[in-house]
Amino acid sequence: MSEQKTKLVEVPGGIIPERDVGQPPVLEVRHLGIDFGGLTAVDDFDFVIGKDEIGGLIGPNGAGKTTVFNLLTNVYQPTRGHILLGGVDTRGKKTYEVNKLGIARTFQNIRLFKTLTVLDNVLIGMHNGMGYNLGSSVLRLPAYWKQEKEAKQEALSLLSIFDMQDLAEVHAGNLPYGAQRRLEIVRALATNPKILLLDEPAAGMNPSETAELMENIRRIRDRFGIAVILIEHDMNLVMNICEGIAVLNYGRIIAKGTPEEIRKNPVVIEAYLGKKGGATDAEG
Amino acid sequence: MKTNRKTIPMPMRYLINTVLIVLFVLASTLFVNSDAVSGYFTKILMVIGINIILAISLNIATGYLGQLPLGHAGFMAVGAYTGGIFLKAVDAAKATGGTYYLYIAAALVLSGIVAGIFGILIGVPALRLKGDYLAIITLGFGEIIRVVLTNIDSVLGFDLTYGASGLKRIPKITTFFNVMLCVVLSCVVIHMVMKSRHGRAILSIRENEIAAESCGIRTTYYKVMAFTMSAFFAGVAGCLYAGYLGSLQPSSFGFMKSIEILVMVVLGGMGSMLGSILSATVLTALPEALRAFSDYRMVVYSLVLVLMMIFKPTGLLGQYDFSLSRILEKLMNPKKSTGKKEGASHE
Repeated sequence: MSEQKTKLVEVPGGIIPERDVGQPPVLEVRHLGIDFGGLTAVDDFDFVIGKDEIGGLIGPNGAGKTTVFNLLTNVYQPTRGHILLGGVDTRGKKTYEVNKLGIARTFQNIRLFKTLTVLDNVLIGMHNGMGYNLGSSVLRLPAYWKQEKEAKQEALSLLSIFDMQDLAEVHAGNLPYGAQRRLEIVRALATNPKILLLDEPAAGMNPSETAELMENIRRIRDRFGIAVILIEHDMNLVMNICEGIAVLNYGRIIAKGTPEEIRKNPVVIEAYLGKKGGATDAEG
Repeated sequence: MKTNRKTIPMPMRYLINTVLIVLFVLASTLFVNSDAVSGYFTKILMVIGINIILAISLNIATGYLGQLPLGHAGFMAVGAYTGGIFLKAVDAAKATGGTYYLYIAAALVLSGIVAGIFGILIGVPALRLKGDYLAIITLGFGEIIRVVLTNIDSVLGFDLTYGASGLKRIPKITTFFNVMLCVVLSCVVIHMVMKSRHGRAILSIRENEIAAESCGIRTTYYKVMAFTMSAFFAGVAGCLYAGYLGSLQPSSFGFMKSIEILVMVVLGGMGSMLGSILSATVLTALPEALRAFSDYRMVVYSLVLVLMMIFKPTGLLGQYDFSLSRILEKLMNPKKSTGKKEGASHE
């Protein structure tokens, strides 16, 4: 599947594709950590992702992957460390402000606006893309008509990425499961992000749907020129489309590298499968 | 999204709707002002109109925003007293011609704005809470308003609210036409806001707050905005109420009034403007129609509610909203299987 291999180079804090060297990284995470009471959920998390890169975040259940996403979108405020988004520190910002700065995400347990139509779901994502004020909407001034019309066309063209433009008037809650996951991605794209965070996009999909999703993620990356970070348990998907992978276990990064390096890394194999011959002292 | 489906172009829709609304207002006013309708009946129609505004305003906070405020009568009281004091102060009854209508308009807008300010003041701290907690805090606010109005009779030496004895001799400015106009304007404004990016933001908060926030929506801002809008229209309704009764008692804005309004919204279907309008009409007319069986009317009233909650918990209409354009388009496309929802409601 992965036709051309991207050459990766090491920069302080992470590995990025060679083509991005010299540009400031889209996202730079330094020594990020969060404690919940006495429990350290994530610690010393370093991560760099360049423009156009597809990065993967994997690890056993409970490793802290989703927590990292919540930290990146400021749902949780980090206890330690910094997140630099195109050079801007997001510390203390609200989730919606982080979204305006360019991080959009999907959720592990789908969070759509279920009783609204598919089109409305996407239009809500475009909320900040439209700038007309309350007066324009009450009086239906030209600004309203112009922006609503443009937004609707834009929304339909975004939906057409996943061939969903015919479902525009369907209520989001009535969509089949796979389509709901796709709609979440479209809604995230509608916020015009620089980085797209996908939390288990292939969960519950069959192999052919997964293969299609894989193509679509690549297409999205190429069309919009955005970075994608995905959490996924489907190793086939991760190994095929990610250019760089970070492996998380007990809240710490235990390995970083290209898919080949990760596949051979003994530390990663141990985290997933346990020590060789150590079945007796393994307790999970 | 069938291409061969005939639709009415946008400006036409608005034109048709505007013409129909104007005709409806004029025709109903002429009809009510003619001798065919008794004064008693006109008064009931006025109360229905006031209750419609109260119901659709609470529907913003309950149906669209998805919160459960129980202090709506408090905002109504603020609006009623503001309007009442203003009308007395300018002596609207003695004004003539243009100034008379100017005073009325000013009173209505002022009541709305003052109630709206209270909405912001209460909304900012209260909307940090959800569900039961929000219900309790707004309930508390409603009661505070009532208790304050009962106990304060003069402010800084000015006799304003007259405490428990009530505010009396308010010029009776409310006519059927006034009420009708306010109902229509409220419906139109709320409809316009809800079918815009602001309205969608409010709906998204009801659907999923976390997702809304991660879509870049300032949830706190839009919550307070919806709450303020809700308070604004409650204030307008309060002002009409003051002008209708001519005297105000703090005790009429108690907890039961809030519940009464909430019942209208829930019965009609949360999130449906048409539902709120219908159930406000029915629930106001029902006690009057059942006057002959005065002993049993509250029984019937509660029976209707209990049956409703058992057999149709989403309310009469659920989230369905009326759209004239949709009906016209259905007529234009005969026997086209499923009429897809256009989602536009028009009053």
